[in-house]
Amino acid sequence: MEHVLQIIGIDHYIYLSLLLFCIGVFGILYRRNAIVMFMSIEIMLNAANLLLVAFSNYHEDANGQVFVFFTMAVAAAEVAIGLAILVAIYRNIGTIDIDNLKNLKG
Amino acid sequence: MDTNLFTIALLLPLVGFLINCFFGKSLGKTMVGILSTSTVGIAFALIVTQFLAVINDASPTKDVWFDWIQILNYSIDFGFYYDQLSILWLLFVTGIGTLIHLYSTSYMHEDKDFHKFFAYLNLFVFFMMVLVTGSNLLMMFIGWEGVGLCSYLLIGFWYQNQDYNDAAKKAFIMNRIGDLGFLIGIFSLLHIFGTIDFTDIRSLLEYENLGTSIGILSIATLGLFIGATGKSAQLPLFTWLPDAMAGPTPVSALIHAATMVTAGIFLITRMNFIFDLTPNVQYLIAVVGAITSIVAASIALVQNDIKKVLAFSTVSQLGLMFMALGLGAYEVAVFHVITHAFFKACLFLGSGSVIHAIGGEQDMRHMGGLKNTMKTTYITFLISSLAISGIPPLSGFFSKDEILLTAFHHNPVLWIIGSVASILTAFYMFRLVFLTFFNNFRGTKEQEDHLHESPASMTLPLVILALLATIGGLISIPGSSWLNKYLAPVIVNNAQSQTHTLGTTEYILMGIAVIGALIGIGVAFVKYIKNKHVPVNDNNIPGLQKLLVEKYYIDDIYQFLIVQPINFLGSFFKRNIETLIGGLISGMGLLAGEVSYQAKKSQNGNIGLYLFVFVIGVCAIMYYLFIAN
Repeated sequence: MEHVLQIIGIDHYIYLSLLLFCIGVFGILYRRNAIVMFMSIEIMLNAANLLLVAFSNYHEDANGQVFVFFTMAVAAAEVAIGLAILVAIYRNIGTIDIDNLKNLKG
Repeated sequence: MDTNLFTIALLLPLVGFLINCFFGKSLGKTMVGILSTSTVGIAFALIVTQFLAVINDASPTKDVWFDWIQILNYSIDFGFYYDQLSILWLLFVTGIGTLIHLYSTSYMHEDKDFHKFFAYLNLFVFFMMVLVTGSNLLMMFIGWEGVGLCSYLLIGFWYQNQDYNDAAKKAFIMNRIGDLGFLIGIFSLLHIFGTIDFTDIRSLLEYENLGTSIGILSIATLGLFIGATGKSAQLPLFTWLPDAMAGPTPVSALIHAATMVTAGIFLITRMNFIFDLTPNVQYLIAVVGAITSIVAASIALVQNDIKKVLAFSTVSQLGLMFMALGLGAYEVAVFHVITHAFFKACLFLGSGSVIHAIGGEQDMRHMGGLKNTMKTTYITFLISSLAISGIPPLSGFFSKDEILLTAFHHNPVLWIIGSVASILTAFYMFRLVFLTFFNNFRGTKEQEDHLHESPASMTLPLVILALLATIGGLISIPGSSWLNKYLAPVIVNNAQSQTHTLGTTEYILMGIAVIGALIGIGVAFVKYIKNKHVPVNDNNIPGLQKLLVEKYYIDDIYQFLIVQPINFLGSFFKRNIETLIGGLISGMGLLAGEVSYQAKKSQNGNIGLYLFVFVIGVCAIMYYLFIAN
């Protein structure tokens, strides 16, 4: 069987995940809706996961893929908590636009 | 010797102190009095049994409790040393201490801080016992500082009066100056010998040739002597003792006459073997002692406060003792310490009895004619005055005469000074006696109605002390001195005290001393009995007398030379330096406050901004980690 990295080279995976990560970062910086920002964070996380899997395959070491499973499990938990927080915020102030969330002043 | 008994005797006053300190108020005055007096009394009884043992079997015992300090090669024990000298001192510290405790139960009975007074007294006795039994200089220093502390507490006992507080502070500070000298002495000795244990130093001196370190040894002995001048009220540090009369009279008797002020003499006698090696310092001691004795005696001539006269008399007598020490006659100094303890304690307690009777009046111009109402006080006071004046066969005659004899053999000038001081002593003591007990009463009518003899618990100590002042001289009769034999193991070079062949010269000198004392008494008699002279107000005194009344302006000189410059320096530092440093420190505080106030504004709660800064930060870290290198 042909190795998957021989069809598409490792550098393409790197570019793709870099692109995904940057999309996530800009999404966070430019969007004001907390749910969209949340999705951007997930994109960044998945960019990192993708890179991890790609390198794991490249080095022919299964450890990286095991890590990814852990990361996904943690991400799922994080999403659950994050969404719960967003729901709580919405119930309190009636919006999830972060420009209105200015109570965390020092 | 049984060291356990000594340990018990040592700890008893401490136990008394602790009980008085914690439970004194609830025990009630009677219990406190009985408890305090009995702790010291039992300690005295225990020491008497050991004293009898040491007379028969003279082997000193060292009782080391534990290793206290170990640094490099130096090791200092926490231990006690019981030999002839320390037992002798313990004997009269606890003996006179017991009598004064007994006396105080009546004297202080009206005072609301009764238990506090007895707590301090017990603590004092404890520290004094530590001072005399410590096995090395550092142990002695514990006691030395302890008695200084108790002295401070007791002088300032009536703390509502600011003058008394000042007197207490003065005593404490003056003693501190001396203590610095003492510490320098200890360090120098540690440097020379590598140990500060009395027995070790003494045995080292027998083998080692000191050679070049004799210079440092002079510094050490000079330092110890300065310490002694502080505690024993010699020039130039004597001014605290007369002011210390602010304390209750039993305190004056116990601390400022019989025990604490003799600590300096104890120190020098204890270290006699190193003082013998530094003749220059010995000479200095003799000269300082002689000058102190004449200066203090001359000031005492014109004082009108009954306790101040006695205080200056104490300073003068201590001066005579130091003269003897300086001449190497340690046994003679110790002898005078003992007799002086008897008659001076009696005099102070007698004056306390008088003050008690007149309701707190201390000015002799308002006394007089007390001999009819206060018979016991009068008789004991008279006996002690005769003793201090050196009238045979009372104890003071023997001890003072020994000092003068020693002085005559070494240095006639010192003999003349000592003799003059003795004549002055006879005069001012009888001036005191005549003004207080003779002629008519000069106080107010209420005071006269109030006059009474003191209760038995006050007169009993007086009688015992007067008895001791009478027969105390027997312990060292010229020619066959029990004391000299007893102290022989303690004093290494005891050649000085063995040169007593009573020849014609000695008898002539004795005669001169006695005649001098009689002349002093006679002059006082003519002036104050025959002419009924009463001292006038301090402000109307002319010429030389004014100088004496003002105590040679020594206090004013100190005020001008030391206190005022220090005050000036203090206010200078307060006004300028403190403003500078304080401004610097609070400036830094203000700066930090301002910076954080400005920085706070960036925390505006805008999450978008936070995220932006966060991303920039991550980018910066990435740049630094992967691209910049």
